[in-house]
Amino acid sequence: MADLYQVENLRLSFPDLTRKPLLGPAPRTEILKDLTFTIPRGEILGIVGGSGSGKSTLGRVLVRLLEPSAGTVRFDGRDITHLAEAELRPLRRRFQMIFQDPMSSLNPRHRIGRLIAAPLRLHGSEDPEKGALEALDQVGLPRSFASRYPHELSGGQRQRVGIARAIALRPDFILADEIVSGLDVSSQAQVLALLEQLVAELGLTLAFISHDLSVIRRLCTRILVLYRGEIVENATTAELYDNPRAAYTRELLDAIPLPDPDQPWI
Amino acid sequence: MQILRSLLFRLASTAVTLVGVAVIVFFVIRVVPGDPIAMMLPPGATEEDIARLTALYGLDKSIPEQFFIWAGGVLQGDFGTSITARRPVLDLVLGRLPATLELSIMALVIAVILGGVAALTGTRERGTKVEAGIDVANGMALSVPDFLWALILILLFGVAWPVFHISGRVTPSLDLPFVTNFYLFESLLRLRFDLWADIVSHMFMPALALAIPLAAIIGQLLKQSLKETMHLDYVTLSRTKGYGENHVIIREALPNAILPTLTLVGVQFTFLIGGTVIIERLFSYEGLGNMAIDAVINRDLPLIQGIVILFAVIFTVVNLVVDLTYALLNPRLRHA
Repeated sequence: MADLYQVENLRLSFPDLTRKPLLGPAPRTEILKDLTFTIPRGEILGIVGGSGSGKSTLGRVLVRLLEPSAGTVRFDGRDITHLAEAELRPLRRRFQMIFQDPMSSLNPRHRIGRLIAAPLRLHGSEDPEKGALEALDQVGLPRSFASRYPHELSGGQRQRVGIARAIALRPDFILADEIVSGLDVSSQAQVLALLEQLVAELGLTLAFISHDLSVIRRLCTRILVLYRGEIVENATTAELYDNPRAAYTRELLDAIPLPDPDQPWI
Repeated sequence: MQILRSLLFRLASTAVTLVGVAVIVFFVIRVVPGDPIAMMLPPGATEEDIARLTALYGLDKSIPEQFFIWAGGVLQGDFGTSITARRPVLDLVLGRLPATLELSIMALVIAVILGGVAALTGTRERGTKVEAGIDVANGMALSVPDFLWALILILLFGVAWPVFHISGRVTPSLDLPFVTNFYLFESLLRLRFDLWADIVSHMFMPALALAIPLAAIIGQLLKQSLKETMHLDYVTLSRTKGYGENHVIIREALPNAILPTLTLVGVQFTFLIGGTVIIERLFSYEGLGNMAIDAVINRDLPLIQGIVILFAVIFTVVNLVVDLTYALLNPRLRHA
């Protein structure tokens, strides 16, 4: 099985409560429109698009926080489109997620060690504490951080904890939703380098959602461009940057500010 | 160190508050109409009798002078003598305090249980008819004041279906072995479950009447903050880790959502103690509140002063405890 994810004709719509009549159901707004693509094992897929393009929603469908309205989502050959929560639970270990805001994605009342170890315990690890310490090693944080609280860490360190929580479960797939957009440039570079290294070491498949094409270009092997809930381009990174086919992709590429010392600054 | 310093600061500000309360209550009850001496003397007493009695209680002196005499006594633990009961105010007040404390704590426990269950159920069943039903019940519980709940309860469980006692604190014919006035706690410690049941049966309706509006407030606020917390990333993330709904609500969301409710419970608890005044009257419950009403009716100035000071002490102590609990429960404040 070469493809970890197979997505066919995926649709998702929400009831639009702002246009709900006094009586009767609200009209539905389509967020994702007929998406078909695959994610091969070991690939780092970039999902790009402006705000409101549906990229985060797509991510949440992949980790089944949202249930599609139509179409199928297969994970490792298994249809997970409409699986009930109880059936999903044993699978959840295998697809993990990292959020944009590392502060809000760590429960402020728990110490780092417990934050990493608790999901391990849930999924039947024999020594969750040891697993948590090893995960800290892997993301390059000192083991002493296990006894700290999230608010005692810097933004970059917190995001490393987020990564540690994800990889500690030994997942097949990680969804990273704008995980560096809240960080300063040097922390961004470190977190991206770490992610790259972990993907290679652990044989992970990664979907990386971002609006920042320069970040995507550095990390991803293949790029999916979304515009208003539709895929406008699905190409390898090299193809996309050398020969963008869709007009929207060209617009996105043109919008990247490139440092050019020959141009006058003003 | 930080905690110790803020504790000392709080104690100092508490002392200032209490002095303020003492000054206000002392002067106000002397300025409002009503003469305690007139209440004590039979009709037809002579001017001489009145003057003699007024001098006996020191009421012939100027009000500031009276205040300093009284305040000097208070500092030495002497709150004066009750005009009507002719016994030291401190003894009277401390004798009644346990009854009111037991009633308030029982009401608080009931309110926390009812409100907590309502909030957790409402959160688990959010968006369904169950949640709508809980909201309606909350609204009703909140819009009817405690004394009206007391009357409804008396009608229901005292008259129509008499399962609880409607007056007093304990059945008078029972032989009480207690050495303290904490009947509820002492009967438990002595393993006298027969007495305990009798006391609970007396306390249940007043406690419930006090608890219902508070339970509604707790339920509403806790449900609201739970709902907000349920949208946070770490709660969503705990779902992706494979946790079930109950774990997500109770272990991830609740500990963070509970802090605003805790502050509110502290504030409301002081209102609840205030509420005991009228509730104790309705159920002829022998607590401080009932005594306060008698003291006001009889213009028993030293007793009123003593009760008000004691209420003020309770309020400030409760607030202090809430603040400390808040600091203990919130790691961010603890390390700040």
